[in-house]
Amino acid sequence: MKKSHIIGIVVIAMAIGIILTTAGDASSYVTFEEAKRRESDGDRSKIHVVGKLKKNETDQVMGIVPMDDQLSFTFVMLDENEAEQKVFHPNPIPQDFDRSEQVVVVGSYRKDIFVADKILLKCPSKYQEEEIKI
Amino acid sequence: MVHYLIGNLGHLMIILSLVTALVSCIAYFKAVQSNDRTWERYADWSYYGHVLSLIGVLTVLFLIINKHYFEYHYAWNYSSKYLPIYYQISSFWNGQEGSFLLWMFWNAMLGLVLIKTNKFWKPSVMAVMTFTQFCLTTLILGVVIFELKIGSSPFLLLRDVVQDAIFVVNPEFIPEDGNGLNPLLQNYWMVIHPPTLFLGFASTVVPFAYAIAGLWIGKYKEWIRPALPWAQFAAMILGIGILMGAYWAYETLNFGGYWNWDPVENAIYIPWLTLIAAIHTMIAYKKNENALKAALILVLVTYLLILYSTFLTRSGVLGETSVHSFTDLGLSGQLLLFLVLFLVGCVLLLVRVWKKIPSTDKEMSAYSREFWIFMGATVLCLMAFQIIIPTSIPVYNEVLGLFGIASNLAPPADPIQFYSKFQLWFAVGIALLSGTGQFFWWKRMNFQDFKIEIQKPLMISLLISALIFVLAEVREVPYMILLTASIYSITANFAILLRLKRTNAKLSGGSIAHIGVGLMLIGILFSSGYSKILSKNNTGLLYSNEFPDEINMNNLLLFLNEPREMGDYSLVYKGMRKKTTDLGYIDANLLTETDNPLILEATDDIYVASGLRASKGDQVRITNNENSYFEVLYDKGNGDHFALYPRVQLNDQMGTVYSPDISRTLTADMYTHVRTFPDPAQETDWGEVQEYQVVVGDDFFINDYVATFKKMERVEQVEGVTLMKNDIAVKAVIEIQGEFQNYLAAPIYLIKDQMAGKIPATVYDLAARITVESIDPETDSFTFGVQRTQKDWIIMEAVEKPFINLLWIGALLLCFGFFIAILRRYEEFMIFRNKGLES
Repeated sequence: MKKSHIIGIVVIAMAIGIILTTAGDASSYVTFEEAKRRESDGDRSKIHVVGKLKKNETDQVMGIVPMDDQLSFTFVMLDENEAEQKVFHPNPIPQDFDRSEQVVVVGSYRKDIFVADKILLKCPSKYQEEEIKI
Repeated sequence: MVHYLIGNLGHLMIILSLVTALVSCIAYFKAVQSNDRTWERYADWSYYGHVLSLIGVLTVLFLIINKHYFEYHYAWNYSSKYLPIYYQISSFWNGQEGSFLLWMFWNAMLGLVLIKTNKFWKPSVMAVMTFTQFCLTTLILGVVIFELKIGSSPFLLLRDVVQDAIFVVNPEFIPEDGNGLNPLLQNYWMVIHPPTLFLGFASTVVPFAYAIAGLWIGKYKEWIRPALPWAQFAAMILGIGILMGAYWAYETLNFGGYWNWDPVENAIYIPWLTLIAAIHTMIAYKKNENALKAALILVLVTYLLILYSTFLTRSGVLGETSVHSFTDLGLSGQLLLFLVLFLVGCVLLLVRVWKKIPSTDKEMSAYSREFWIFMGATVLCLMAFQIIIPTSIPVYNEVLGLFGIASNLAPPADPIQFYSKFQLWFAVGIALLSGTGQFFWWKRMNFQDFKIEIQKPLMISLLISALIFVLAEVREVPYMILLTASIYSITANFAILLRLKRTNAKLSGGSIAHIGVGLMLIGILFSSGYSKILSKNNTGLLYSNEFPDEINMNNLLLFLNEPREMGDYSLVYKGMRKKTTDLGYIDANLLTETDNPLILEATDDIYVASGLRASKGDQVRITNNENSYFEVLYDKGNGDHFALYPRVQLNDQMGTVYSPDISRTLTADMYTHVRTFPDPAQETDWGEVQEYQVVVGDDFFINDYVATFKKMERVEQVEGVTLMKNDIAVKAVIEIQGEFQNYLAAPIYLIKDQMAGKIPATVYDLAARITVESIDPETDSFTFGVQRTQKDWIIMEAVEKPFINLLWIGALLLCFGFFIAILRRYEEFMIFRNKGLES
């Protein structure tokens, strides 16, 4: 076999390897129910859950509880199926957190609490023009 | 009054530049087909017309921003009245339309250079250039034909973009002020980073145009000589652009690093990698014809990837997966169309002439330079491939969605760990190949020669690596391998460099660039692999016992003036500051706003260590009233101390934006950013009043600090109150001993119209407010009411990044190496051109 063929085969093998690992390492957008099921199956991989903060009748965000030292907090999130879940985040409450219209949490379950390593917020006004101020 | 004329003029210029681009494209095409000089002249003049009208468009858009014509959406949305001129320039490319314009401007300039420097290649290359220019111009055209929107014009009136009731009442309404520039872009890097990056973007079209021209007119080999210096130029500028972006992110964004594997970052890094691979194969083509085909494909692929990255960042397909993609302007269809058009065009052209491109079946020897270059290019392509696969995840979801399949694939949850596990090994490959390849570059050798040649650099690098393992405590095996490989690359290339210095310094570009890459790898290895969160905090309350120490608390809570230990340092938060243009950082509590948002007024005398800085009532200038800075003092105990000023920007549109401050030393950076602080909009919650009855000279306690009632004096003037003849006002002067300094508080008690009034004094640093409650004339005693509140605080993170300077130094060397290589290759091109040997 020629050298170039060997190299070619190695390159193709690596490319396939890359695709397979990416497929394996890619996270997914799931609901809390699915995330919980995975955790109980022993799958500790981190997943994305899309949802919003829980609000009461008067549109006030409820359920945000900072820890005594302010360094971490928990909140209540509703996923796309409106399932309610308590989420813990080991960082201070992000500014504008309660103004967000969409929240994506990245993390996994620990027992009954979802631990979010990362929170991505989508705020209504960011980059977008609002009404005109006079 | 709404300025209609200027916008119409701008739009006219856009149409003019579109038409002239099309005319000159057709004329250049005709010139190639017919070999007729008149077509060529015609095309040239049309092209000059295009350049002029494009400059006209740019001028008009800048005038609209500069003159604050807020009736135009672009000015209103991206700028404001008090924006300094250099940020007005940034506003220019804040929006998609402006950044397309910037790209087109560079394209136009490059076209001028190509017309000037080429003879034989001019019509064919310019035909390709003007075609891309035509495509780009349609993106800002902004016309609607049969309900089909073509492009988005930067000259839209505000009332045509934003639906607001005010325009129904008064269509001529013009807002007083604009929305302002995105605060993250208010940074000097954002003035120079986008033009550099877009120059890099634009210049990738030059090698592409040569390649297409070569395929078109059947010069399959000859296109490489003129294209090579341009490919190197594009790689250098794009590299500098990427680097500036990384540096901006490091200085401004608070994710704690320079590279986040964000899709937008990746999208531009991928074509850079393939461009580097292309350059290597272009260099090797003379000796090996297989390299020629590789070079052709890689040059074409690079430009297609540039178009793909444009599509990714501007079509809105990235959605939530990126922090810095543009707003969707509804251009995704158009962008996709261009991508497909260029892709299909390239493939068809290649297929048509593939058989005619010279190639060989001869096997490469492992002792030839071509073999090593090929291996290097292969590794670079694999690097690019490994990044593009996960970066395109949102695209897969979209595509599957088109076929009705709901896909819920998300990017890897921990991108740094995910990408590093591949890229680290590719980096090892690059380092080993760039070190070894250099030996074969300058000399043909067999195995015996090679063994002798490699011995010395290998021994030296192993020795240095071993030394670093011990000194810097590198213990992780992958890191050890990467470090050794990088040092090997540096030593081997350095050995070559020394030899070249004696013989021909002009050829040293390659080895200098490779040394730069080696240094960059070491810089990345240490600053990322050994970045240390100093504010790690395991003493805090854990949420519950259910999850133990796995969850790291990376932040530290600092109360005002209360020192806290952090690693080797003692930290003190000194309070919030404003940054003035001439007096440095000044306590924000001592400044008050004036009518001009860029001028603040001192509410009291302002002292610093060196004496009086500003007297009460003095005005100080600031550059941005949205910015406040947290003064944090670092003290290492051995007299080694410094202050850092991480920033917060409170912006109506963007919300709250934090930026870090960095203390730089030769061996490590100390990176500090604030995560949160008490909401400034919240009213201070003063506690219960505690009363003290004292006479002058007495000591008492205020919020646990010793206070002395120094004196009382009558005052003739009280701010905000007009004192009449029968009114009376007294001031009680109290000195309080704080941890670091003494404070004077002077609450006022006044009787006006026989009514008692109290003006309390607040000492923010001590979180105390003092009021004169009553005065007893019998005993000459005062009753003070003291209230306290929560002390001011911040939560911050501090990260140490060792040897990050190696990354920046290496990057500069890489660019310098490119620069030398460009000079050499361009000179070569000129010599051949002047001999009439262009083809």
